[in-house]
Amino acid sequence: MSAPAQPKPAVVDGRRDTKELVRIEGVHKYFGDHHVLRGIDMTVRQGEVAVLIGPSGSGKSTLLRCINHLETISAGRIFVDDELIGYHERGGKLHELHLKEIARQRRNIGMVFQRFNLFGHKTAVENVMEAPVQVKGQGKAAARRRALELLDRVGLSERAYHYPAQLSGGQQQRVAIARALAMDPELMLFDEPTSALDPELVGDVLNVMKDLARSGMTMVVVTHEIGFAREVGDTLTFMDGGVVVESGHPREVIANPQHERTKGFLSRVL
Amino acid sequence: MVMTAHKAEAATAQGGAPELIKAVPVRHPGRWVGAAVILLLVALGIQSLATNPQFHWETVALYILDVNVVRGVGWTLLLTVLSMVLAIVLAVLLAVMRQSDNPIFRWSSWVWVWFFRGTPVYTQLLFWGLVTVLYPTMSLGIPFGPALVTWVLEDPTRGFIPAVLGLGLNESAYLAEIFRAGLKSVDKGQAEAAEALGMSRGKIMWRIILPQAMRVIVPPTGNETIGMLKTTSLVLAVPFTLDLTFVTNSLANRTYLPIPLLIVAATWYLVITSILMVGQHYIEKHYGKGIESGAPPVNPAAAKAAAAGTAPTGTAPTGVEPGEAIPGGPTVTGKDIEESGR
Repeated sequence: MSAPAQPKPAVVDGRRDTKELVRIEGVHKYFGDHHVLRGIDMTVRQGEVAVLIGPSGSGKSTLLRCINHLETISAGRIFVDDELIGYHERGGKLHELHLKEIARQRRNIGMVFQRFNLFGHKTAVENVMEAPVQVKGQGKAAARRRALELLDRVGLSERAYHYPAQLSGGQQQRVAIARALAMDPELMLFDEPTSALDPELVGDVLNVMKDLARSGMTMVVVTHEIGFAREVGDTLTFMDGGVVVESGHPREVIANPQHERTKGFLSRVL
Repeated sequence: MVMTAHKAEAATAQGGAPELIKAVPVRHPGRWVGAAVILLLVALGIQSLATNPQFHWETVALYILDVNVVRGVGWTLLLTVLSMVLAIVLAVLLAVMRQSDNPIFRWSSWVWVWFFRGTPVYTQLLFWGLVTVLYPTMSLGIPFGPALVTWVLEDPTRGFIPAVLGLGLNESAYLAEIFRAGLKSVDKGQAEAAEALGMSRGKIMWRIILPQAMRVIVPPTGNETIGMLKTTSLVLAVPFTLDLTFVTNSLANRTYLPIPLLIVAATWYLVITSILMVGQHYIEKHYGKGIESGAPPVNPAAAKAAAAGTAPTGTAPTGVEPGEAIPGGPTVTGKDIEESGR
């Protein structure tokens, strides 16, 4: 187990020939007695958009949260950019990383939450500036300039001085995306970014995510938006009961699901 | 519903404004009767205050700005402020310790609250007064080593430090619970988002959690501060004899006129309470920012941008430049999406 087993590629055809940015190897997760993840293997190459779908309770959000160590894993390994997440392996033993080290790893990984989680006491631009100033030690003026650029990029430059409570859900989520981008992450994690939104606001958020995908950002997206998966996804992974049931190119999986469970799920959400 | 809406729309479209309802309001005779009774009682009270010679208003006037009384006000204020500062510092610490992963921290915080909340403040003040008998000097230095600074605690201010300790430690137990409730009131997603951005534990607490907890913490803490102002009257237990209540009581004993001197004390307590309430209002306003939804954007630039109308998002040249503190005044242009692509 010391030498990481070569992960079996889920799909060979149609995948980018870039380095593997995320490598998930035999990951298990228990919440008490509850076995949530039952041996997940998965890779995400640089520049890819990996979409995770599955019924609620299938473990897809948990898996996502394990990638930036918001949840600890019970077994297996997760590497981001060839760096083991959350642990340090020395002499065949795993040592927990110090909180500071975990924080350093997270700086490279942006995350967008279902419930936005914008800092309620800060305006949109202050939300975006917070981490560059407080974590990277960037100057306020430069951070503000960059924050305003990012807000412009997500189409919210006019809302820069609004507080989250003064923004719609879709606007809040776009600010949250800008906030994550402000740290210049190599990888972006999206945890059901449109599930808490009114239907008419979903489009704006998805458009920002599509632009981001086209700009070459590596993304892991947990979503129910099959259309998004079909349009911009490079891989689609269907999870159920804590295992990967099926994985492949989105159009193929959607058009021609191989497993009964995948068929059943897709017929319900399409 | 749909029909009427359409009709109303049609009416306005044709230029005719809808006829607004001007209904006769319901009468509330009971309210008038109640108000009259209260006003009558107030008038009776004022008349009695003005005409009853036993109130000795001339004595009130004589002592309200008496040097000893004003000094008493000063000491009372000092006691209140210092003991609250001590209590707040301890309470933040206790509340954070209570959430710690370290069981000893959690346990000691719990025991502290249990002890100081569970014994009368009067008893605690008596105890702290006796400590000065045990330790008539206070030194700051290396434990078991030489003292660097030494205070000799002299009468009558000798009781001051024990009074602040007694009041502050007792209050810290109550405030710790208020702070704990405040910290718990902040959604867990806030800390998670900050963690995901790579912020350190300390920064998450100071910059993200506490400022938002303050909204819940400030009103009861204001309440406690006003309570503390009056609890300072118990410091005679230490004994500390320079505070407002002790001073006015001794003046009353000397002049055999307790009532006017109680009025003097009550007036000063009310004045200080009123000032504290004004302060609380502004603190609440400060920490309430971002919560009162629908409030207009605070930044003038944003207000200007909003006034400029809702241009389609993404294409606007943006209205950020006027209020911006960016040296060199960069203009935020519509940066193309490829900008951060690799």
